Amino acid sequence: MIPELGQFSLILAFCLSILLGSIPLVGAAKGNQLWMSLARPLSAGVFVFLAISILILAYAFVADDFSVQFVAQHSNTLLPTRYKMTAVWGGHEGSFLLWTFMLSGWMLAVSIYSKSLPIDFVARVLGVLGILCTAYILFMLATSNPFDRIVPLPPQDGADLNSALQDIGFIIHPPTLYMGYVGFSVVFAFAIAALLSGRLDAAWARWSRPWANVSWAILTIGIALGSWWAYYELGWGGWWAWDPVENPPLITWLFGTALIHSLAVTEKRGVFKSWTVLLAILAFSGSLLGTFITRSGLLTSVHAFASDPSRGVFILGILGLAIGGSLILFAFRAPLMKGNFGFDLVSREIFLLTNNVILVVASASVFLGTLFPMFYQAITDDLISIGPPYFNAIFIPLMTLLVLVLGVGPMCRWKKTSISYLIEQLGKVALASLAIGVVLPTIILLQVSWVAIVAVTLAAWIVLSMLKDMANKTANKVTRLAGLRALSLSYYGMQAAHFGMVLMLIGVAFTSEFSEEKSVLLAPGESIDVGSYNFTFNDTQAITGPNYVGNQADFSVSKNGNGLSNLNPERRIYLATGTPSTEMAIDAGFLRDLFVTLGEEKENSAWTMTIYVKPFIRWIWLGAIFMAFGGTVAAGDKRYRRVRERYLKREEQALATNLQVAS
Amino acid sequence: MKPHRRKRLAVVAFIAVSLSMATGLTLFALSQNIDLFYTPTQVAGGEVNIGQQIRIGGMVKEGSYESANDTMRVMFSATDYVNEVPIQFDGILPDLFREGQGIVVEGAIDSNGLFVASRVLAKHDENYMSNEVKAAMEAAGVNTENQSALAEY
Repeated sequence: MIPELGQFSLILAFCLSILLGSIPLVGAAKGNQLWMSLARPLSAGVFVFLAISILILAYAFVADDFSVQFVAQHSNTLLPTRYKMTAVWGGHEGSFLLWTFMLSGWMLAVSIYSKSLPIDFVARVLGVLGILCTAYILFMLATSNPFDRIVPLPPQDGADLNSALQDIGFIIHPPTLYMGYVGFSVVFAFAIAALLSGRLDAAWARWSRPWANVSWAILTIGIALGSWWAYYELGWGGWWAWDPVENPPLITWLFGTALIHSLAVTEKRGVFKSWTVLLAILAFSGSLLGTFITRSGLLTSVHAFASDPSRGVFILGILGLAIGGSLILFAFRAPLMKGNFGFDLVSREIFLLTNNVILVVASASVFLGTLFPMFYQAITDDLISIGPPYFNAIFIPLMTLLVLVLGVGPMCRWKKTSISYLIEQLGKVALASLAIGVVLPTIILLQVSWVAIVAVTLAAWIVLSMLKDMANKTANKVTRLAGLRALSLSYYGMQAAHFGMVLMLIGVAFTSEFSEEKSVLLAPGESIDVGSYNFTFNDTQAITGPNYVGNQADFSVSKNGNGLSNLNPERRIYLATGTPSTEMAIDAGFLRDLFVTLGEEKENSAWTMTIYVKPFIRWIWLGAIFMAFGGTVAAGDKRYRRVRERYLKREEQALATNLQVAS
Repeated sequence: MKPHRRKRLAVVAFIAVSLSMATGLTLFALSQNIDLFYTPTQVAGGEVNIGQQIRIGGMVKEGSYESANDTMRVMFSATDYVNEVPIQFDGILPDLFREGQGIVVEGAIDSNGLFVASRVLAKHDENYMSNEVKAAMEAAGVNTENQSALAEY
């Protein structure tokens, strides 16, 4: 009976989102205040009923209700409660419910934090989100209902949650990633609302910016969590595999990164309007594409859920309508967005444009590499795969270029900057970073490593030009401290995010270049050197967990004869399915990670194992944390809260422009 | 030409040049990094050159798995139920590797007809058959519907 309530609640949410997707939009078109004012309560209603729905599904898991097909497929009586609750997103149906619930959460957030926005705009934004919500719930009800029952004979016990998913990473990664992903729907809805109203101005960009920044920050964390989880759970020693399902979040993230930069130009200077709108549409399309790829099973990947072509077709339908519809609207409205070209060839605008071109090219090439095998197969019938070398060949030069530009951009003035000014400001910075880059790694490593030289030079380039810029900005104040206080939150946010880029760059370069790994067969008592570390395999012992049995090995690690730590990797067999699972052991450190994964037992209690030493790998995720922090700080800038007064002034101008267009 | 027109032209030219450079670079990288995929039947038919980097998809043949006692080495065969390819791998197999399950291996064939794998991929979801494996099965005339049903029970 209870699962039926969940189903019922889902249907109610569906009905409310149909209303939300129509009445406020019509109201906005006709200027009907009452209809527009329905947007907020309807959003809250959709959120409440989706929340009830997802809670009931979680309850069905905790109560071991195996008559619900989705529960029977993804849970088991032995499964620990925390995984039962989160098994809600352990499969297609439930994770789509989570996705839709996240969307309704964003809708609720928009309805609460939009008090200062004009009602017709809020009505349009929430209306567009309501249409998306309707499509998603319809998809669930039609092709993938998480509340479907197994009648008349439910199984005694469930098939269990995939053992690779039984981990803390599974509890936090999917919700964070989805929240970030779905956040771009809000920015998309802002763009569509602006297109519908024909009011694409700096005010619109200002309203969108905090939402774009926050979504971007959450997506950054979501992707980083996925990378961190794959690193320690899959135990292959890598942090990014260019897997077809890893790529769409990255595509979205790259578009999103371009978008937050382009929004800055649109807000400050009123240019690049149509480009910014296009980026909002692209970032959103990237997020839909991610869903499509994961759900349709078109691409082979470690993430692929059991797939069903009818779902793929349905999502392709949503994808086509959403992207097609918004691009058509864009095409009709684009002529309204005349930008004046009021800037010089050397100006901050141009550097931000370069940033955008690089990011969009990077995103497009990831897209191409991800979907190319599919197109190739459709045309030639041959199956192929595109490996990491392709993506590396594209990404490394593009990101190098991006970092070079990043050093100059913030230093430039809007509209016009003279080249001699830039040389005066950055000439010494460039020389100093080159000197640091060449000398520092060579002294420390006692060898010439090109990768280290390039990476340290680029890192020094960003850091020094950042410091120089801050020095310039505080030079005219009474004290430096007063100067630093006077700088805005969005400035600090930008610097924090750019510093995150530095950390990530160092992390990626050093991990790729200096990692060591050895796959060996060791008997108890034997030891092996990997890098400058010595690993001794002591013994193994049998272990029993709540829903698995297995072996735990004990390793002592030492460096130059000094004991460092003990590592205890495990090899588990999950009882419900008989699947083996490797639990690697990591000694994590600021400058290096050491880790061991167990393979299988051979003669004389000897085990196969892989031992890794990974320098600077933590810097990659630390960089992501700085980026996300920067994005969030920037979104908290107080000028976004002073929107209303400014808006009222602009409103009159906008009205005047609209009248001109109409006549 | 008016100055602002000239500026606009310069910007457009800049974008066009960088885009075409990017396209060129991308296509070049793409052409260098295509791994072709073969079925065990194609390999048995001699379609693959010795030493050529390829991918093979198939099922791990029941009873074919052997593990050396004193080294890392494991041996098994990939089959499409018509032909099979012997595979050698020095490393730790993925958790979901099992006899009778779909896998994809990357590597090259040596002069003895042995496939030396550099990477072995098995899928997260054991009910799931990758496109590549499915294609191999279908090419060999095996009904994949029944196979995946078998894998489920």
